[in-house]
Amino acid sequence: MPTAPRGAIDCDVHIPPPPTAALLPYLEPYWREQFSVRGLVGADFTLTTSASRTPLACRPDWRPAKGEDPLALLRRHVLDPMGTAIAIGHCLHGAVALHTEDMAAALCRAVNDWVAAEWLSRDERLRASILVPTQNVALAVAEVERCAADRRFVQVLVLSMLDHPLGRRHWWPLYAAAARHGLPLGIHAGGLNRHATTPTGWPSTHLEDHVVGAQAFDAQLASLLTEGVFSEHPDLRVVLLESGFTWLSTFLWRMNKIWRGLRAEVPWVTRMPAHILRQHVRVTLQPVDAPPRPEMLAATLRQIDCEDMLLFSTDYPHWQYDGDAVLPEGLPDALLPKLLRDNALATYPRLAETAP
Amino acid sequence: MSRHVVARVSEVPPEGALRVVVKGRPVALFNLGGEYFALHDRCPHEGASLCGGRRVGMAVAERPGTYRLDRQGEMVRCPWHGWDFDIRTGQGWCDPANTRVRRYVVSVEAGAGLAGQALNAEIFPVSVEDDYLVIEM
Amino acid sequence: MSQGIVDCDIHPNMASDAELLPFMPRRWADHLRDFGPLNHQGLAFALQHPRFNPGVARADSWPPNGGPPGSDLDFMRAHHLDAHNIDHGILMSLRPAGCDERNLDYAAAVCAAANDWQHARFVAPEPRLHGGIMIPQEDPDAAVAEIERCVRKGGFVQVNFTPRAGEPPGRRRYRRILECAAHHGLPVGFHVSGVPGHPSTGAGHLTYYLQEHHSNMPGMQAVVASLVLDGALAALPALKVVLIEGGFTWAPALCWRMDQAWQRMRGEVPLLTRPPSDYVREQVWYTTQPIEEPDRAEDLAEISGWIGWDRIMFSTDYPHWDFDDPRYAFRCPLTAAQRERVFSANARALYRLP
Repeated sequence: MPTAPRGAIDCDVHIPPPPTAALLPYLEPYWREQFSVRGLVGADFTLTTSASRTPLACRPDWRPAKGEDPLALLRRHVLDPMGTAIAIGHCLHGAVALHTEDMAAALCRAVNDWVAAEWLSRDERLRASILVPTQNVALAVAEVERCAADRRFVQVLVLSMLDHPLGRRHWWPLYAAAARHGLPLGIHAGGLNRHATTPTGWPSTHLEDHVVGAQAFDAQLASLLTEGVFSEHPDLRVVLLESGFTWLSTFLWRMNKIWRGLRAEVPWVTRMPAHILRQHVRVTLQPVDAPPRPEMLAATLRQIDCEDMLLFSTDYPHWQYDGDAVLPEGLPDALLPKLLRDNALATYPRLAETAP
Repeated sequence: MSRHVVARVSEVPPEGALRVVVKGRPVALFNLGGEYFALHDRCPHEGASLCGGRRVGMAVAERPGTYRLDRQGEMVRCPWHGWDFDIRTGQGWCDPANTRVRRYVVSVEAGAGLAGQALNAEIFPVSVEDDYLVIEM
Repeated sequence: MSQGIVDCDIHPNMASDAELLPFMPRRWADHLRDFGPLNHQGLAFALQHPRFNPGVARADSWPPNGGPPGSDLDFMRAHHLDAHNIDHGILMSLRPAGCDERNLDYAAAVCAAANDWQHARFVAPEPRLHGGIMIPQEDPDAAVAEIERCVRKGGFVQVNFTPRAGEPPGRRRYRRILECAAHHGLPVGFHVSGVPGHPSTGAGHLTYYLQEHHSNMPGMQAVVASLVLDGALAALPALKVVLIEGGFTWAPALCWRMDQAWQRMRGEVPLLTRPPSDYVREQVWYTTQPIEEPDRAEDLAEISGWIGWDRIMFSTDYPHWDFDDPRYAFRCPLTAAQRERVFSANARALYRLP
């Protein structure tokens, strides 16, 4: 059993979205009045796909007592015992699911400012992703431009299931802004439920929703690749957050195979897809979705050929592992320096500016 | 290495192909605007005959969403899985370092000039009136 | 190999839907002529991701006597069955797509006619070919009636269920269909098909045929997830499922993900008393085409071993363009026993073929 790492860069911890009342000081006057007079101060913007009540949402021994400070819990459960060097936090606020896009943009601004003030400024190990209103690309770009000056924001955050696949040219101004500011695009598991989440319709259970969530990432990678995002934005890095990764071997093989036959449909894809994806895409460790035997995990990693792709993550506080078994059995020791630190530094240019 | 008369020139139609067998090996003869090329007639992937493939150009993009067709008709697309090969070189478009079909040197020679040479005219007898494709194998 | 090959995916085809007319009652023949199909997409007849090859077919599969690939039984015999030493072929009829039809009565009529056409044109005249029962799955009563009718008729070895129905196949509304198939000992084959109206991925509608083709593979994973997690496999232990044209090396990773999540969330699915992978291991079979082609060929054998060599069945997809040739499909060396199972024995046992 590998021991828990020390001094790692943790690329996925959760900043629980605050109650709406906590955001009021961060809203502009118009929106503060709107929230007040429309009776929205008590509104709960939890995303359906964050499945906040399910056992996966929080490890049993990490469940907070009422009123406990989430940042104190994060320190106690993860940052302090692991000696975490840097942790990248994601605040998956449901603003992104509103149809009312200006309100969504206002909420995203408030959430990002709240994150900066209430989290980043209270623990210098923390970095965060910029929540953007994906309802409207121009508004999303504006939010990136607004937040980019704060170097503690290290990534642009979007969900894995939006209205349109992320490779579409519709999104490209967002990627230009991200690349310009040295911000990877972080795609986090979750979505808007604007359409069925699988090719065969709506799943029946939270469990099934979670399982098939991996395939939305498959579709996003195929979209980013075939639409030519990486040839148009060669500096862009994409990070899959909570996608699982053991499915990647089949995905990469199939992309290579289908591209050989249909290359002429996407003539801007001029290299083997697996090469392009290995160069541009990174994946967080948890959930591992590990095979039953450690040697099968080692074999799977060899099949994916992903030593530069994996980024260490705890996915705190989600229940992905027990005790301190955040590193699954079967990880080759030789992978650890890259997994725990080097890959993250190579992926997030802003981390290197301040990395201890 | 020996020279083989493999076809009358007129048997390979303009922008068409002809399959012949030389020393037991399948060979695809291609007519490219009056130039002739010979490739091993077996896709390195799953063995399909390239002679049955469509002639296509080389699709090129300056950037996503732009389309240009270069070298029209100079590629052959495998009739099964659509792998494209350069008729002039045998090189596969995808992963050219690892994907190629063997190319044979082919020449057009007048029947009159061939008379009396040491040749393997296994397809048919050479007559002085026609032009022939000769490959080296 | 002691015997010839079993090909688990062969596509018969018709020159036009008018070939169905002799197999339809007057009322539905009139409907076909006067109204035609009613589907879930913007185009009435063409696919919204135009394909890359005429007829979606191998360029060398067009019958010399005319008609589209797969429509000429004599040519299919010479070009495919004889040439590749195929003892048995499992037919997968794809048109007309009764599974996509919104008028449920017409859907039932179209499926019945297509089944009779398939039987008359391919199954009856060619003992090597075995039918699959097309069903109007959105009307389970009619689907069950059609299965019963085809069982009485004979010549069918499988029930064809579209992986892209109106809802995931494990949902309760379809359970009677699965139950009927299991009762008759017929595997349920999920072959890539269906345009149900929702996008082909959770990420949304796709732009290119390349993506659409690829999405068949994650689509099969959604089918498995539903059949397992909706409890269809647990409720029907006799049910056998075949996944056709979705590849197969993805299966272990899907099982690991299901097992991992089930350990945490099993309280939501009390019908599942064992890890999801157990049901998959016992009740799911895979056909090979379009086979995965890893950079290191041995990876294919390694993953096949994880799945179980008794569950993998060779298929060509003849005459479609992404056909696999039995001589080259597996680049990794197989033992004689593995080859025997994949190319012959597994399918003979599952479909009860001699």
